[in-house]
Amino acid sequence: MKLMWFHLMPYTELPVDFRDRNPSVWVDIHSTLFDPKRAHLMYNDFMDELEYAAECGFDAVCVNEHHSNGYGLMPSPNLIAASLARRTTDTAICVMGNSLALYNPPTRVAEEFAMIDVISGGRLIAGFPVGTPMDTCYAYGTNPSQLRQRYHEAHDLVKRAWTEKDTFAFNGRFNQQRYINIWPRPVQQPHPPIWIPGGGSVETWQWCAQMNYVYCYLSYYGYKAGRATMDGFWAEMDRLGKDRNPYQAGFLQFIGVAESRQQAYDLYSEAAEYFYGRCLHVDPRYATPPGYTSEGSQRAGIESQVKKAADATVRGKSTGERFASVARDMDGIVDNGYVIIGSPDEVAQQLREVATQLNVGHLMLLLQYGNMSKDLTRYNTKLFAEQVMPKLRDLHAGWTDHWWPRPMDAALRAEVPAYMPKLAAE
Amino acid sequence: MTEPETLTIDVNGFPTRVWRKGAGPALGFLAGFGGLPRWIPFLDELARGRTVIVPSLPGFPGGDRGHSVLDSHLDWLLAVREILDKAGLSGADLAGSSVGASLAAEIAALWPATVRRLALIAPFGLFDETNPPTDPWAQRADAVPGLMCADAEKWTALKTPPEGANSIEWPIEQVRANEAAARIFWPLGNTRIEKRLRLVKAPTLLLWGEQDRIIPRAYADVFAKGIGGPTRIQVIAGAGHLAELDRPAETAAAIAGFLEAD
Repeated sequence: MKLMWFHLMPYTELPVDFRDRNPSVWVDIHSTLFDPKRAHLMYNDFMDELEYAAECGFDAVCVNEHHSNGYGLMPSPNLIAASLARRTTDTAICVMGNSLALYNPPTRVAEEFAMIDVISGGRLIAGFPVGTPMDTCYAYGTNPSQLRQRYHEAHDLVKRAWTEKDTFAFNGRFNQQRYINIWPRPVQQPHPPIWIPGGGSVETWQWCAQMNYVYCYLSYYGYKAGRATMDGFWAEMDRLGKDRNPYQAGFLQFIGVAESRQQAYDLYSEAAEYFYGRCLHVDPRYATPPGYTSEGSQRAGIESQVKKAADATVRGKSTGERFASVARDMDGIVDNGYVIIGSPDEVAQQLREVATQLNVGHLMLLLQYGNMSKDLTRYNTKLFAEQVMPKLRDLHAGWTDHWWPRPMDAALRAEVPAYMPKLAAE
Repeated sequence: MTEPETLTIDVNGFPTRVWRKGAGPALGFLAGFGGLPRWIPFLDELARGRTVIVPSLPGFPGGDRGHSVLDSHLDWLLAVREILDKAGLSGADLAGSSVGASLAAEIAALWPATVRRLALIAPFGLFDETNPPTDPWAQRADAVPGLMCADAEKWTALKTPPEGANSIEWPIEQVRANEAAARIFWPLGNTRIEKRLRLVKAPTLLLWGEQDRIIPRAYADVFAKGIGGPTRIQVIAGAGHLAELDRPAETAAAIAGFLEAD
C-alpha cells in the first residue's frame, strides 16, 4: 500500500463572507482578495509541510496545477516539484500533473518533467490531467471542442520526445514542430510512470487500460461518492481482461486524525468547512463549456439519471451540479465521507475499507485543507505517519506496483547538502 | 404550417440536412446560435415568395458531428462553401443569423460570385474590448433563453423536445450545437472577419434585434463601414439576438423587402 501526501495549496485567508460577496473562487476571483505578502508566508508554510510529510515517511508528496483559483495556488506545480527534488531524498515526487493541452508546444512538459526527473534522480511520477473546465477552457481559453483531441496529441508528442533517440519532426493535427530533441532526457527509462487523473468517463478508463497507465480519481467528495466511479473503472478493466492490480488505481481522500473522533471533529471542522464552504464556491457559469464532456459521458449521465442508478449522484453530473449540491457543514462533510475523521485506529479501519472496497493501491491523502494551520497540519501528518500508516502497510501485499518510480541507485545519486543559513549569514 | 421537403447532402462524410420549401427564386438561410432543431415560423414567412433552402451547419442540429473534423477557420469556410453549392445556393440570395450570419458574410467575402444579396442578423465575428459581446458559453443554463431572445419562451420553445423525440439524443444534440459554435468562435467570437469585410461586394442588409443581449448593436456600424458593397441597417423592434425567433414576420418582411429592392 502506498500512502501519498497531497497539497492543494489553498489561499488560507478568504474572508468569512466570501460566498455571499463573491460569485466564484475560480476564474474571476477578485485580485484584491490576494495579499502577496501573506501568500509569501503561505507558500513557504506549504512547502515546509510537503517537506515535513516526506520526512515523516510518506511514500510520495503530490502537487497539482490550477489557474486563477483561490484554493489552488500552483499554476506551475513544476516549480514546487523542482524545489522538493532538492529538499527530499527518497520520496517520490508526484506532479498530478500538467494539463497537456495548455502547453504550446507541449514539448515544454516533456522538458520540465525530464528536468525534475533528472534533478531528483528518477523520482518523478508524471501526471497528465485534461484539466478542469475552469482551468483549461475559461482561465486558459482553450477551445472546449478541441481540448481532448489536443490533450491526446500532446500526450503522443511528450511520449515521443521522451523516448525517441533521434531528433524528429512532429506533424500533428494541432502541433507541428520540425525539430524535437529534448535535453535533458529522463532518468527513468523509457519514461517516468504516467498517471491519469480523470472523471468517470469510460473513454478514460479504456485509454488507461490500453496504455497501461494508473487511473486516479481525484474527487473532493470522498470514498462514498467515489465508489461508483472506481467500481466502473474495475468493471471496465474486467471487461477488457486486465488484472485487478490495485496499484493501477489512485484515489484522493481528505483525512483528519486525532486522539478521538470527537477531538478530530473539533480540530478539523473549521478547516473542512472553510474548504467545502469557501473554496468550493464555483460559479456554475464556468463549469460546463460545451464539448468538454464527451458525448459518451453525457449519454451515460442522462441514462443513469433516467434509470435513477446508484451512481447518478456523481457520474454524469456536470461539475456545476456537483458544486451546487455539495455539503458544507461538518456533519454533512463527515456523513458524506468527504473527510474521514477519527482516532488513528478508526481512521486506519476506514481507510482499509476504502482501499479494499475501491481496490486502490495508491491513496493520495489530503492532510492539509482549507485554512488548516501549519501546526495542525503537522499534527495530522505526524499522527497519521506514526499511528495510521503502519496499520495499512500490509494491504495489497500480494500485488506488485509496476507504476512506481524507479530512482537511480542511492549510492549514485548526488548528495544534496543541507541548507545552512549560518553560512549564508557569515 | 406545412412540413418542408428534407434532403440529405454529404459534407466531409457527414450526412447533412437541407430543408426546402416554397416556390420562386432561391433564398438560403444559415441558422444562428443553437441551430434549428425544428422548423420555425420565420422560415414559412420567408417561403411566401421564395424557395427557401436551409442547410444545417456542421455540428448544428441536422449537421451530425461534422464540426469535429473542422480544425481551422479555413476548414469551416470551405465546408460552408461546399454546403451552399450542394444545397443549390451558389449565386443565390443568402440570409443568416448570429453564427450563421458570420459565415454567410465570410462566404460573400471570399467568393463574391456565390452570393447575390446578403441579409445578416446580428452576426458574430467581432470583438471590441471596450464593448464586448456577452460570453454565450459562460452562462447558467437558466439564463440562456433570456439572452438569446427578448422573449425567453421563444428560445425555450425551440429547444423543448417535440413529442416522440429521443429523450437522450435530443439534449446531446443541443449541447453539440453550442459546441459547434464554440469550435468556430471560442473564446471571444473574434474571427478577425473585420479584415475581410471590404471584400464583400454584395448589397447587404444588417438586421439587429432592438434588445440583442449578445452582440452589441454598435457592431452593426462596424459591419456597415467595413463591407465593400452598399449596406443598410435596420433594427427589429421587440426582438433579441435571434430576431427570427422573436419577431418572425417583421424579420422576414425586412429581408423580403430588401431582396425585392432591385
